[in-house]
Parts: sequence; C-alpha cells; structure tokens
Amino acid sequence: MRPEVKEKLARMSRDERVLLKPLVETSRGFYIVAATLCAITAWGIFAYYLQVRYGLGLTGLNRPEYWGIYIICFVFFIGISHAGTLISAILRVSKAEWRRSITRSAELITVLVIGFGAIQPIIDLGRPDRVLNVIFHAQLLSPLLWDVISIGLYFVSCTIYLYVPMLPDLALIRDSGIKAPRLYRFLAAGYHDTPEQRARLEKVIGVLSIVVIPIAVSVHTVIGWIFAMTLRPMWHSTIFGPYFVMGAIYSGIAAILVAMVVLRRAFSLEQYFKDIHFDYLGRLLLLFSLLWFYFTFAEYLTAFYGGEPSELRTFWAKVSGPFAIPFWTMVAGCFFIPLALMSRKSMRTPKGTLIAGIAVMIGMWLERFNIVVPTSVNPRWEIESIGSYLPSWIELSIMAATFSGFILLYMLATKFVPIVSIWEIKEGREISVREVSERVAEYLPDEREALVPGKVR
Amino acid sequence: MPRWGMVIDLDRCTGCAACEVACKSENNIPTVSAEQADMGRALSWMKVETELEGEFPETRLLFFPRPCLHCDNPPCIKVCPVRATYIDEEGIVGQIYARCIGCRYCANACPYTVKYFNWYDPEWSESERQHLNPDVSVRPKGVIEKCTFCHHRLQKAREDAAAEGRELREEDYQPACAEICPAGAITFGDLDNPNHRVHELKEDPRAFRVMEDLGTEPKVYYLRPRE
Repeated sequence: MRPEVKEKLARMSRDERVLLKPLVETSRGFYIVAATLCAITAWGIFAYYLQVRYGLGLTGLNRPEYWGIYIICFVFFIGISHAGTLISAILRVSKAEWRRSITRSAELITVLVIGFGAIQPIIDLGRPDRVLNVIFHAQLLSPLLWDVISIGLYFVSCTIYLYVPMLPDLALIRDSGIKAPRLYRFLAAGYHDTPEQRARLEKVIGVLSIVVIPIAVSVHTVIGWIFAMTLRPMWHSTIFGPYFVMGAIYSGIAAILVAMVVLRRAFSLEQYFKDIHFDYLGRLLLLFSLLWFYFTFAEYLTAFYGGEPSELRTFWAKVSGPFAIPFWTMVAGCFFIPLALMSRKSMRTPKGTLIAGIAVMIGMWLERFNIVVPTSVNPRWEIESIGSYLPSWIELSIMAATFSGFILLYMLATKFVPIVSIWEIKEGREISVREVSERVAEYLPDEREALVPGKVR
Repeated sequence: MPRWGMVIDLDRCTGCAACEVACKSENNIPTVSAEQADMGRALSWMKVETELEGEFPETRLLFFPRPCLHCDNPPCIKVCPVRATYIDEEGIVGQIYARCIGCRYCANACPYTVKYFNWYDPEWSESERQHLNPDVSVRPKGVIEKCTFCHHRLQKAREDAAAEGRELREEDYQPACAEICPAGAITFGDLDNPNHRVHELKEDPRAFRVMEDLGTEPKVYYLRPRE
C-alpha cells in the first residue's frame, strides 16, 4: 500500500477503512489462489477448444444419454444465481435490517454466476457457431427459447440491481481518490449523494427489488419446464417449475453462506458477517432443507404410487439401481446433513453453516445429476437397452474451469468494489436503528407514548 | 394431399437387417468404430431392435425394425428452438442440417429415441466416398439427423411422373428399406389413398402403433406377429 493511500484511509471512518482496504491491499495468498484458478480456467478453455475442433464425441455423451455435465452445471449455476437477487430482494422488500452487510456479496454472486450458467448450454451445443440461430430462426414454442428470453432479462435486471445500489460506494471511492480515479469517475456516473439523488436511488432500488423477484422466479421455472415439457418419465411433472425455484433458492442460500465464511476469513470481516447473520441464514437453510424434502418426497411418491412401468424404471434406477449412490448422497447432502446441523443453535455458526452449505451445494448438484441422467438413460420405449454415462476428462475439465472462472472473477471483483455495502451500513447506523424502533412501536396497540424512541433502551 | 406412412409386419420380419444396410447406403450414414458403437454413438436411421420373449427354454426372438415414426403430432418439432426440425404438409418429419444448432433437445423429447447425433465429422474410406449418394446431403459434426422416409426419392418420383404426364403411383416412391426388404415386411405408401396397400393394412386386426396413448399419432404401423 502506498503511503499516501494509507494516509487517506487512516482519515476515513472505521467502516470505510475496513471495507475499502481490500481494494488497495492485496495479499500474497490472493495472487497464489488467483494464479491457480487462472491455470485451471486456461486448462478448461483448452479442453473446450478440443471439443469445438473434434466434436462432442470427446465427451462421454451418447444416445440416449444426450445431456450430461454441461446441462447439469447449467441448472446448478443458474440455481446458485438465485442467491443474490431473490434473497437480497426479498430481504429488502420485507425490510429485514440484518440484510445490510450481506446483500452486496450475494448480488455479486448472482450476476457472475448467471454468466457462467448461461454459457453452459452453448458449450453443450454441437454447433456453437450457429448459436445466433436462436434469434434469426426463433421458434417461440420451444422452452429453450423461453429460457433465452428469461435468462437474458434476468441477467440485465440483476446487473442493474447490482450496479444501482453500488453507486454511492463507487462515488465514495472516486471522492476518496484511493484507486484508479478515472475508472471510478466513469463508474460512479456523476453520483454525488445529494439528498435528491439519494431519494431517487432508494426509489429505484425499491422498484428493482420488486421487479427482479418475478423475473427470478420465472427463470428457474422455465428451466424446470425444459424437462417437464417433454414426455419423458420423471421429467414430465407439473411440480418441476416450483421444485426448481425452491431448489435454486436453497442452493443460493448455501452459496451465500460459503462465500460469507470465506470472505469473512479472507478480509477479516468478523464485524460485518456476525454470528447473528449465520444464525439467521442457517435458519433459512433449515427451512429450505424441510421444503426440499417435502417437494422431493411429493415428486417421488407420485411417480412410485402411480406405478407406470416407464416411470418406475427410472424411479428404481435412482432409488436402488445404478444411480443409488448419487441419489442417497443427494438425500444426505440436501436433507439429513443440513437438518441435523442447522436445527442446533450451536451449529448455526460460521463453521457449522460452512459444512452445511457445502453439503447442500454438493447435494443440489447431484439433484440435477439425478434429474438429468437417470431419465436420459431410461428412454420410454422399452426395447431400448439402458444406456450409460461416464463423463470424459473434457467435460470434467470444462466443469472445473467454470467453477474456477467464477471464483476468479468473484475474487477480482472484491478488488474493485467493497464486498459489503458501505453506505447501507452507514444508513443502518444513522437511520434504521431509529426507524425500526418507531416501526416496532407502530405494530403495537397504542400506548405509543411509552415506546417513543428516546425511551427505548 | 398424400399422408405418407409405413406398415411393418413383425410376423414377416426375419431380422436380416437388409433395411438397415440399404438405409445406410441410401442416406450416406457414416459407419463408426466398434468402440464408438459400444458407447452408443452408432447412427442407424432404420434399426432392427431385438427383443427376447418368454423364459428359457420357451423363448422367442422378436425383431422390431424401427425407423422414425413420423408422428402427425411430433414432440420433437415443438421443442426445437430454431425450427430445424419440421413436419411438411405430406406428414414427413424432416431435419434442416444447415440450421440445427445441435442442442439435442429434439432427441430428448422424442419418446421413440429415433433422432441421431453426429458426435464427430463423418469419415469414409476412399471406396465408400465414391459411392456416396449425390441426392442426399452429407451431415457435418454437431447436428441431429433422422430418417426422412427417403424424401429425396419423392422429389425425383414426382418429377418423373410429371415428365411422363401421369399421376404418382405407389411403386414410384418407396423408401430404401421398403424397397429392399426381402421378406416383404415393410409396406410404404399414402395412408389416405385407398389404392395404396398401407391404407388397408393399417386397419388390419393385428395393426398397432407404438405408445399410441401419448397422442403423438405415429404414421408407422406395426402388425403383431401371429401366435
């Protein structure tokens, strides 16, 4: 850190000092991790080059196993993207004050992960050179096209929803002059935090946080419909839309928790990601583990009880057949582990939520595996022998590159924007503490005199 | 307007797979290595599936030739994001190889698993290359392909009939598989034309269609083997 920057930081408030520090100071560990991730990403890009050059034959895909790792990752990543938007939007709309320090990191996950999710179906294409045909020859009856539209809209709205609440912080960095003055002058877009601008900002955020909710819900609904609209056993299910949305939010919460634990450790943010945040998000995770069980149970019971032979073949392939290991690992990761951990207060700590979060992420990835693959290898026409699927190193490399590319960009982003919204913390200190006590007083039956803010301890 | 369809008599089918071979050579379908075939990468627009019925030693082998069933209500065309798969006014379900983006959604949506994907660029030996059918385009890697009822033959048959100033006859347009079948198990023609054999055969008491309950309305009928 240069001395003049250090001096500038020293003159700032404590929140600003702590939260802006990662922008101007980079540890050696950061470079090592970043270099490793760069190498993995480069390897994956090389694997993709081979795939484009020689064809999808380099994957483990076959007939009837037409969709594999890429489509699983597509559903998984777009699912994770529900972290930011839905959670931050719902918490904002419901005026949950504890959101203040977690919204930024969550929204950032959303925007980056949508990008990495959206490229998956393109990686999966046999002819990526013709991808623009979905615009030139658009066929609106195809659920894939609904997806193109809804993910496009989602990406745009989430990017705006990330950027707009970032303006006051960008202006702060510009005014402090600690980093790249021209870049931040451009990014801050003439925002000067006048009361008028602030009021307008709050209004825009208010509108956006409502608008993004239905868009986010539509995105994962439509992804579920890609499967549900076909006549395939255990895909053709009315529950898939809501099931996918619920699963998306679930994996999103898990992703936020993991990110928060890492950020807290890496940038010493113990004061911002406090125990109470992990406690609350842990409760949310607990709620979703129960919801997940409810949805999954309903889905599998219906398939089993109906007893249609083609459905049963897929059902048994999952429950006790060749897919029993991924199936029961999924049940453990999505239900038993988070349930056992998060139902104890002593485990709703950074450490406990980290374990539960990772279990849920693995479980949710496997859930998508268990949806895509067992149905694929069990076609409806029974004379078809059961197929098999073993992902090739090309697919695994590209998957690793997607994960590392996402983490890399996320790390880089923490070097350019404060990962906790400074102005929202400030606003919390200056305004919300008073506002909330007034609001609580309003909830109660009269006797307001007894509860005026000044008298609240 | 004709509605092209096929009736396959399972009682007559001997499982010789001549239909498969005729189809491959007619439609420039590339052969793949044994390893690739084991992985499920073989392309075979017409495929003779075998099914073992009964318990040993009272077993019976059943042959089941499977082309694209050319549904009247094809699940594959609804899901294609780029209109690369379509049904024409005469009921033939086709694929536009130059437009297909290779997402394989149609292949997944097809309940009969009769759409095939080009995992690699096709390869032919020099001698095979000289026998490629000039009437059928060769598909590049990364696109879906499928049985077309040899619709290039229909074009030619129409032109010939027009040149001779007569109506199109049943025997003018026959796909390669129907033409070659030594057991006469495959009958092809206009399902709606009482002068065509398929018109009557599809009403045979032995006639059935695969998974009729799905509402896909396949235009390939099968005749149950006699007991």
